[in-house]
Amino acid sequence: MRLEVEKLSVRFPTPTGVVEAVRGVSFAMGAEKLGIVGESGSGKSTLGRAILRLIAPPGEVRAERLAFDGTDLLAADRRTLRRIRGGRIAMVLQDPKFSLNPVMTVGRQIEEAVRVHGRTGRREARERALAMLEAVRIRDPARVYGAWPHELSGGMGQRAMIAIMLAAGPELLIADEPTSALDVTVQMQVLAILDDLVAERGMGLVLISHDLDLVASFCDRVLVMYAGRVVESLPAGELHQATHPYTRGLLACLPDIARPRRRLPVLERDPAWATEELP
Amino acid sequence: MIRVAGLEVGFGHGRRRVHAVQNVSFTVPEGASYGLVGESGSGKTTALRAIAALVPPAAGRIEVDGRQVAARPDRAFRKKVQMVFQDPYGSLHPRHTVDRILREPCRIHGLGDIDGRIGHMLAEVGLGPAFRFRFPHQLSGGQRQRVAIARALILEPRVLLLDEPTSALDVSVQAEILNLLGDLRAARGLTFLFVSHNLAVVAQMCERVAVMMNGRVVEEADAGQLAAGALAHPYARQLLQASRGYDRELARSLVRFE
Ligand SMILES: Nc1ncnc2c1ncn2[C@@H]1O[C@H](COP(=O)(O)OP(=O)(O)OP(=O)(O)O)[C@@H](O)[C@H]1O
Ligand SMILES: Nc1ncnc2c1ncn2[C@@H]1O[C@H](COP(=O)(O)OP(=O)(O)OP(=O)(O)O)[C@@H](O)[C@H]1O
Ligand SMILES: [Mg+2]
Ligand SMILES: [Mg+2]
Repeated sequence: MRLEVEKLSVRFPTPTGVVEAVRGVSFAMGAEKLGIVGESGSGKSTLGRAILRLIAPPGEVRAERLAFDGTDLLAADRRTLRRIRGGRIAMVLQDPKFSLNPVMTVGRQIEEAVRVHGRTGRREARERALAMLEAVRIRDPARVYGAWPHELSGGMGQRAMIAIMLAAGPELLIADEPTSALDVTVQMQVLAILDDLVAERGMGLVLISHDLDLVASFCDRVLVMYAGRVVESLPAGELHQATHPYTRGLLACLPDIARPRRRLPVLERDPAWATEELP
Repeated sequence: MIRVAGLEVGFGHGRRRVHAVQNVSFTVPEGASYGLVGESGSGKTTALRAIAALVPPAAGRIEVDGRQVAARPDRAFRKKVQMVFQDPYGSLHPRHTVDRILREPCRIHGLGDIDGRIGHMLAEVGLGPAFRFRFPHQLSGGQRQRVAIARALILEPRVLLLDEPTSALDVSVQAEILNLLGDLRAARGLTFLFVSHNLAVVAQMCERVAVMMNGRVVEEADAGQLAAGALAHPYARQLLQASRGYDRELARSLVRFE
């Protein structure tokens, strides 16, 4: 698995002007855990969607290169894209409430993903679906299998989404805030599943997250985005020693369980961050 | 201000019955901020909804401001108790402007000087007049959450039920919203019931916290105990450990308590 992104840009024309959501992002990755952090609106989700060619017109995607295992994703026809999206690259979207089908039970939705992936029979698909729900630490898999999306708690819906993606068995998983609604113990267990898929099956993982401590402890490498650009790229373990003032500013905003403060610092933005030369 | 005793809430019937909240009791004094943390699916949102009279309790007692919460509460109760929902994307009407989102509750409750109130409320949550006629999709996640908080506060409630108000937000906006909530609580003497998965956020915002698991409260602690990591229940201890960041070995050793 190898993903290559060179000078990727995404623009959205709107009645009030053009939004340049992603501006010239480059990176390459293999079977590793790549974290993407950055403030709200910095272009993280748009970047993830652009890799999967999920930007709808009038949005425009441009890149000098966007390739998955040598296949040029920008030049790929619809059939090739559909094949890649259904199985080889999967994305967990930021908002489970929007991505689960409200009129289909959770179990059926996972079964569908299982059956798209490998021509499995009904029975086997059901068993796989229940096993997926168990794997994401759902307490009562049989009930949740038969439940409608509106009957799930926030974190259960999120885990159902992850189960659907795992059922597809992707080579590259782009996970957009996949665990923001989970308690920290379940979050850690779900991340351990992804960790094993990277280590044992050679899956590539792009983890988009606001949780800086989580990315620092879980990922191999981090890209820090600001105003559509990557302003800093560093090994995840060194995130807390980041040098860019923006990254430092984000880190300073974090509350500390051992040291509650009367007020938390907030980010003071410097307009230069959006335009400065990058190393 | 809030007194919950022996609360039970269930969904469905017979074999499919889900006991979402089981024998939950806690008390939140006026002006205090009380945290609810715990397992996903453990009944935190359901407990909040029961207090707001959005779901009926199967058993137990809920009192707000010294009066038992009725199955169909009156307007005065609705005005007094407001909820900020878990999902900032879904909780604002997509085709209503910010102005209309704030105007409607004022109209329903027959408040005077609605225009003045809206302008004032927007300023209080840090949104200038430029935001007043925007639609939700024209706002960032943090701005949307400010609108949700403004909508809850415009009726001048005394109790705010906050369901993960910052989990969808970046850390800078989270800091802004937490500061704002702290300031508003101090200025207006509000009482908070605050659900979060982030223990550091709870330590920052709450004086006391209950840890929930599988429909029950398994431990209650004060902020000092939480900050010192002095929790006793094995599940609560596991939560504390897991909140220190990802650790593959720890993930392997986590157990599920029944
Ligand atoms: N369809 C669209 N039309 C116009 N602007 C858009 C569209 N989609 C995204 N944008 C804009 O592009 C920018 C980047 O958005 P994006 O959703 O990628 O941010 P993000 O980093 O994922 O933020 P968050 O952390 O809040 O999820 C924002 O300014 C957003 O308003
Ligand atoms: N409308 C409903 N119909 C059936 N079951 C429901 C309904 N709403 C909630 N439940 C069930 O009640 C239980 C508690 O859900 P609740 O939403 O209160 O959990 P939570 O603690 O808020 O979880 P999370 O942290 O994931 O948001 C879950 O098992 C859920 O599936
Ligand atoms: Mg996003
Ligand atoms: Mg909830």
